[in-house]
Amino acid sequence: MITILLKGAAALGFISLSAMFLIWLERKVSAWIQNRMGPMMTGFQGTLQPVADTIKLLLKEDIVPTGVDFFSWWLAPFFVTVPVVMAFLVIPFSRNIFVLDLNVGVLYICSITSVCVLGIFMAGWGSNNKYSLLGGMRSAAQIISYEVPLLLSVLLVVMQSGSMSMQGIIQAQAHGWFILKPHLALAFLIYFISATAEVNRVPFDIPEAESELVAGYHTEYSGMKFAMFFVAEYTNMFIISAIATTLFFGGWQGPFLPGVVWFLLKSYGLVFFLMWMRWTLPRVRMDQMMSFAWKVLTPIALLNLLVSGWFMVK
Amino acid sequence: MQNSEVLQKIKNKFPDIVVEELPNALVIPKKALLDIARFLKNDMSFENCHCVTAVDRKDKLELVYHLYSTADHFMLTLKTMVPLDDLTVETVSLLWRSADWLEREVFDLFGIKFLGHPDLRRIMNPDEWTDFPLRKDFKSANLIVRPQSQGLKG
Amino acid sequence: MGELLTVNMGPQHPSTHGVLYLELKMDGEIVVDCKPHLGYLHRSIEKIAENRTYTQFIPYTDRLDYLASMNNNLCYCMAVEKLLNVPVTDRAQYLRVIIAELNRAISHLVAIGTFAQDLGAYATPLFYAFRDREKIMDLFDSICGARLTYNYMRIGGVSADIPVGTEQLIKDFIAYERKMLIEYNELLTYNVIFLARSKKIGILSKEVAANYSVSGPILRASGVKWDLRKEEPYLVYDKFDFDVPVGTNGDSWDRYKVKLDEIEQSLRIIEQAIGGIPEGNPVSKVNRVFRGTGEVYLRTENPRGELGFYLVAEGGFMPYRCKIRSPSFSNLSVLPELIKGLNISDAVCVLGSLDIVMGEIDR
Repeated sequence: MITILLKGAAALGFISLSAMFLIWLERKVSAWIQNRMGPMMTGFQGTLQPVADTIKLLLKEDIVPTGVDFFSWWLAPFFVTVPVVMAFLVIPFSRNIFVLDLNVGVLYICSITSVCVLGIFMAGWGSNNKYSLLGGMRSAAQIISYEVPLLLSVLLVVMQSGSMSMQGIIQAQAHGWFILKPHLALAFLIYFISATAEVNRVPFDIPEAESELVAGYHTEYSGMKFAMFFVAEYTNMFIISAIATTLFFGGWQGPFLPGVVWFLLKSYGLVFFLMWMRWTLPRVRMDQMMSFAWKVLTPIALLNLLVSGWFMVK
Repeated sequence: MQNSEVLQKIKNKFPDIVVEELPNALVIPKKALLDIARFLKNDMSFENCHCVTAVDRKDKLELVYHLYSTADHFMLTLKTMVPLDDLTVETVSLLWRSADWLEREVFDLFGIKFLGHPDLRRIMNPDEWTDFPLRKDFKSANLIVRPQSQGLKG
Repeated sequence: MGELLTVNMGPQHPSTHGVLYLELKMDGEIVVDCKPHLGYLHRSIEKIAENRTYTQFIPYTDRLDYLASMNNNLCYCMAVEKLLNVPVTDRAQYLRVIIAELNRAISHLVAIGTFAQDLGAYATPLFYAFRDREKIMDLFDSICGARLTYNYMRIGGVSADIPVGTEQLIKDFIAYERKMLIEYNELLTYNVIFLARSKKIGILSKEVAANYSVSGPILRASGVKWDLRKEEPYLVYDKFDFDVPVGTNGDSWDRYKVKLDEIEQSLRIIEQAIGGIPEGNPVSKVNRVFRGTGEVYLRTENPRGELGFYLVAEGGFMPYRCKIRSPSFSNLSVLPELIKGLNISDAVCVLGSLDIVMGEIDR
């Protein structure tokens, strides 16, 4: 009991640190791509910038717009943040460092992160603002559509490894990472695109499309509530990278360095790639995105599943 | 193409309308504006209504149209005098869609009403205003008219 | 069709390119009707013109289309020169052409950067475009002392000669910008997402464009090969060899591509002009105070279209009437036609591709 609590507390601590690191990383990566420097004044190369941001957000006035729906608007940040934190229960940092190793780990993560869409929709509807409502509706449609190819590609990994637990999948890659097998490389591609859409990152950031909807579903939030949305988004980015690392890149396996270091290197590498995409590509339009999910990704994922399954049974 | 050529063609089509030829422009009577405009657009090649504006001549308002013919590379200046006691003119915005907003601007700044305009309301000044700023007799506390000489020697 | 939602886009909005208020009636995500409301930047410049001498009015023309100040100055000065018969030296003509084309290049860079930003390529193309712009703004700073509103042209010439070393700086910029244009093509122009977002969006046909008196790159994107610098050459444009890029479909991608190609053509003109600037004094000796009678309507090819000045003079030191026919005014009037039936994302795309500046619309 005590160990579980301690492990949980450690996970929370890691989440906070990770979120702060990711805030700094995003600003630096965007600056390097855009030919400028990024934060430089607060600490060495701006490393204390997230601390400054956190203090600022804590001190901000909590503005409550008139006409907001009490339960929806107030609870929305929690509905977005808590599932993301709960997903940390099964992330395998190394052979021995994890909170729990559920034998339905993959299923648990995929279902718990789906609860985020409720939070986004509550934020959109409860804000009493047409722009937020549009953003919330778009986001709900987007996340639900991209769940399907995501789960289909994860299903292929489960079929290949024969286990749903995170540690079990990693053990199954002891003789070769799954990314090196062609059908699973395709599954990774589908997974990564769908996961980018799940976390509302460019090119799928329509729900928070600044140039059209001001700020989408989190227009009416300020101070700490806004911070919670952001922590949730960055942590979600880390989670999908961590899942990709576990499912396709061998998790914590690697020579010389301890497992934790490999795991963090691989996960943050994928996060860097996500950020790189954000600052390079334009945004897809809503209907183009939906047709891409249903008419391109899902059929390819299904076909991949069928063909690989047939070869496996043979 | 020259002004005189256009003048000749208009005289041929509308023999009983008095068209005056100034060095830079053709002056037509107000009541003939829409017919001549239609003739210029459909039968001659003036498909581009480049600019519509007005000049306050103190005893009347002078409405100026600049029509361009791409085929002949010729800009025609068409003027019509609007008396101060009857500030209404037929609209040409159904012939040239560019005249839509340009006529709204003339209405906003000078007060000339365009009959038949699809949506005649002020375009730049607030909707509740009753004044017409570009008239020479516009009075406002913020408007300071400088005397002409101002120490300039020329 | 259910209840229509009225969405107010603006006047403060990240994508309306200035203070433009669009009242959109939407059926879900589709725009059913659009009513633009103007006037948030109305500064009564035309009334002020009746109260300033001809030379005193030049700084006001900077603030019309503030992204292409040199071109506005040029059109006004040429109009006054035609009205009052003021001669211009050859050197001044060449300098005017070079400066106007440089300003056209940097104005198009802003248009490209902000268009990409509206489509969601958040800030990266904008930063690259502004990085190129900085070089020219520093150059203009050394020539006339200002970075945005230049007040450089004078009636009869320019206000001062270019300093030593400017020609080399311009040659370096031309070489640098040609490399950067390749980079823009790789980053944006043929990017799959960019193409999907802007191809076939907001198609403007030739007939509608002619009826609305649309001009500039937007007209050329619809397939009409019309450029005032070629059709009715002014200054010394007839001495230079350059192409007029024309689009095929008249959609937003064509409008973007025409602007990108025009930067290359401007660089060509500048290259040819730099080689042979005649000697002389660009600040010509004319009367300091101008007066005359008559009227003139003169138009030039601005980066956004055809800017026209209608000046009426009645013998005083100040013009009797100054009407500014701005290209963005007519270009914006075609917006309600183009966005009916489009998504709000596409409406933002079309508005960005029309490249309007509220300074010259509201005056």
